[in-house]
Amino acid sequence: MENEKLSLPNYNIPEDLENAVVITTLDRLYNWGRRSSVWPLMFGLACCAIEMIAAQTARYDMARFGMEVMRPTPRQADMMLVSGTVTKKMLPAIIRLYNQMPEPKYVVAMGACASSGGPFKEGYNVVAGIDKFLPVDVYIPGCPPTPQALIAGMIKLQEKIDRQSIKTVRWYNKEKVDGNYVPMPILGPDLIDVRRNAEYKAAAATKEGA
Amino acid sequence: MATAINTSTTDLVTRFPNFVTLDARTGYTGFIVKKENLVEVATAVRDEFGFDLLTAATAVDYIAENKMEMVYHAYKTTGGAGLIFKVQVERVDPIELPSLINIWPGVDFQEREAWDLYGIKFTGHPDLRRILMWEGFEGHPLRKDWKEPFFEEETKPFKSRWPDGQHTFAENKNPFRDNLNFPKDFDPEKYVVTGEDDLYMSLDRDSRKDEAGNMKTDHIVVNMGPHHPSTHGVLRVAVQLDGETIIGLKPVMGYLHRNHDKIGERNTYLQIIPYTDRLDYFNSMSNNFGYVTTVEKLMKIPVAERAEYIRVIMAELTRVQNHLIFIGMLMNDLGAMYTPSLYAFEERELILDIFEAISGARMMCNYFRFGGVVRDIPDDVLQKLKDLVFERLPAKTDEMERFLNENEVLVARLKGIHVLNADDAIKYSVTGPVLRAAGVPYDLRRADPYSIYDRFDFDVAVRHNGDMMDNYLIRFDEIRQSLRILEQALKQIPGGPINSQKPAYQVRVPAGEAYGRVESPKGELGFYIISNGKPNPYRYHVRPASFVNLTAVESMCIGSKIADFVALLAMLDIVMGELDR
Amino acid sequence: MYGNGILKGLSVTLKRFLDTYTEDISWMLRGKKRYNSDEGIRHRSSKDTKGIFTIQYPEEQLIVPEEMRYIPFLVYDEGADGKKEVLCTSCGICAKVCPPQCIWIVRSNDPNTGRPVPVPTDFYIDMDICMNCGFCAEYCPFDAIKMDHDFEIASYGRSVYNLEKLLKPTSYYAKIRPENYAREEEDRKAKEAAKAAKSAAAAAA
Repeated sequence: MENEKLSLPNYNIPEDLENAVVITTLDRLYNWGRRSSVWPLMFGLACCAIEMIAAQTARYDMARFGMEVMRPTPRQADMMLVSGTVTKKMLPAIIRLYNQMPEPKYVVAMGACASSGGPFKEGYNVVAGIDKFLPVDVYIPGCPPTPQALIAGMIKLQEKIDRQSIKTVRWYNKEKVDGNYVPMPILGPDLIDVRRNAEYKAAAATKEGA
Repeated sequence: MATAINTSTTDLVTRFPNFVTLDARTGYTGFIVKKENLVEVATAVRDEFGFDLLTAATAVDYIAENKMEMVYHAYKTTGGAGLIFKVQVERVDPIELPSLINIWPGVDFQEREAWDLYGIKFTGHPDLRRILMWEGFEGHPLRKDWKEPFFEEETKPFKSRWPDGQHTFAENKNPFRDNLNFPKDFDPEKYVVTGEDDLYMSLDRDSRKDEAGNMKTDHIVVNMGPHHPSTHGVLRVAVQLDGETIIGLKPVMGYLHRNHDKIGERNTYLQIIPYTDRLDYFNSMSNNFGYVTTVEKLMKIPVAERAEYIRVIMAELTRVQNHLIFIGMLMNDLGAMYTPSLYAFEERELILDIFEAISGARMMCNYFRFGGVVRDIPDDVLQKLKDLVFERLPAKTDEMERFLNENEVLVARLKGIHVLNADDAIKYSVTGPVLRAAGVPYDLRRADPYSIYDRFDFDVAVRHNGDMMDNYLIRFDEIRQSLRILEQALKQIPGGPINSQKPAYQVRVPAGEAYGRVESPKGELGFYIISNGKPNPYRYHVRPASFVNLTAVESMCIGSKIADFVALLAMLDIVMGELDR
Repeated sequence: MYGNGILKGLSVTLKRFLDTYTEDISWMLRGKKRYNSDEGIRHRSSKDTKGIFTIQYPEEQLIVPEEMRYIPFLVYDEGADGKKEVLCTSCGICAKVCPPQCIWIVRSNDPNTGRPVPVPTDFYIDMDICMNCGFCAEYCPFDAIKMDHDFEIASYGRSVYNLEKLLKPTSYYAKIRPENYAREEEDRKAKEAAKAAKSAAAAAA
């Protein structure tokens, strides 16, 4: 519904110009441009990365969606495809990459591990889902999602992009909005999420005999 | 298949009557060596008894007996059964053991791992830093008294799941108060991260003194990874460069350390099988194979005849697809972007179709069970498999060879680069194709046959130069040999049941220890399992091929160019899931 | 001559390139559809595949084998009046065998006696933890939980499925896994027949 509203400019073209002029809304143009060239960050973490590579190869060919340009540098990427288990040791690197990505930027959690820690959730070196730190746009369940499932997730992301409006997306807001910049966690005695410093302090203070 | 102590190893007690005893615990084998004499005994094991390849070194925490144990598995590169010797130490900090790095340099990473996860200090180890966790991490997580933040229960299945299982997010429980050990009055704002200093110190940053009066160049340290397009995942390498020449290098790993061992000790025996899929995620079938054979050793159960054949077929198919991908990825790293790997992935897709039809999943097959496999191969799939093995794969391997082997650029990039000679390869405990390319015909399928590999007629692929070119060519040889095995297996496969056991989700595993190993496409994949008769293993350790093979990387690339190093990583065929576990 | 090897290699790529056209033209001459048809997709996944290998998802889809597993679902029988008769007896085996422990089951209790009854009050599977191993379906003694083929389940939030969302009818199961379904039905009928024979024998005796 919302999508339709965005696409209709509420303006009728005079009949004699119908074949010569096409009008659209700025939103629609902007979304069309972005959805057709979502360049992912070339970023494989674990098992899912192999399926991500498979999705790029001949049989599934993500290039059909304008998503084949894997950029090794975050500065040229539009989307971070978190494909695999996010470990505590790796997390600062991921956050740094995310912060370096220019806006608009999207995060897709591919597979169980990236969405919630998956089967390795209980592990001492595993972050229970990248959504604890980054704003995730699409979650793709599966361990690993098959290439087709990945592409289905990408289509879902395109649908999300289609529904966005230039006026409301968070990256053009003047106020500081959560999610545009994520403070770097620290690798201390355990992973330290600096946004929760007060809690750590309180926990350490009440710890008996530590 | 079960390795009894052979006659030459019993000599260890006769040879050192004063400080070596037989391990007399039920279900255990090997020898217990006194800590003070470990180096002496180890030297004798290598030089007098001829066990030149130390494959696995791992620690066990016997918290009830208040002891830590270090277990070493040594083998001969000429084949045959291995020798297990152990050393025990009181479980009182600081736990110290002499390092064996001067006898077998290949023990380097494994000792560092034991330090990291168990807190055993190895005196004499030149570079004892944490390897999987970061420097500054609190505690040694594999100790039995260490608990994770999201710790729910000691063993699976968790009681909170049934019969009153209200869904909760484990991470929403306060992770700070329960198990996290911060120093008293820890203040995150004042915490200074110092972890990297030791790494850079170990790189030896002295700039070279130039006496001849040549222009003195500064050395720079480059960090490749953990996010780098050519490191095959999240490996990080700190390289010290003089111009473009590498003069020092340290791999930094643990960026994909998923606590496989710790989670494995909580799982039941059956539940571990799907986790092993995710070790070396290219080759889930061989991982299953290694784990299942090890547990079968402990359980002392036979494997159904038809299942043995199916297992071999699956393991060899896995090898074919792994080596094809290897070729594609090596080309990618050499700069031949996409085309070779696209061709390789095409064949891989067809093999994965077979896996999917048989096991249900493309990559994470979860296909093996104790005593057999989970389901039979349907006839139409078997026909498809035959078509692939008899017709398509041989032709496509030839095509790949025609496509690449004589390419002048490729030859120039590979020939004579990164030579690893046989002695060094054995010294660094390198296994798999890399060892065979160095001229050591050591293939577990022949050297210590498991399953039914002794029934097939095939040659151990071996090349002699040990350079990159040989490493590349040996993959083609191995594909050919695998196809040979596949052809025989597909012709001989008998009918009958596919599992010798009734399907059961709780298996009884008698107390004892077992070390099982298979020739995975990357090298020797070992599993060391200790059972105490409970539904969950007491100790579960994976000896990954990639991890140990990487020990050799430092000595191999010093003096070569940084661009070749990228190719070297591809050549070692490391995969992070297995390397970091 | 220097460069021979490169030329030899390029001949392979050239052959592959030309194959795309010969293959397409030969299908056209035979009057068959290579794209967007089952036959074409099957051929592209067979040993004879040549030329274009791409399956253009979402317009066409790979033909998945019957055993393919993605996420679990619960089977229910359609009752006479459209009531859903859930096969699950909440015995808890799937929750016990699940390796990542992503299944939560609330067992029902009879309000009068307080005794457990074999129906789940609720059933949760955290799809974002599920590792698609298929153990739950494999060890379920009542054939009540099965693995789905549907992989288009990406969402904008975490997917924790409850009983309502997990339930799918037997007819769906029979559609995606016809051979398994037929085999299980046969087993069930044989068991029932044996039971009936046994009780008949007991009655006669």
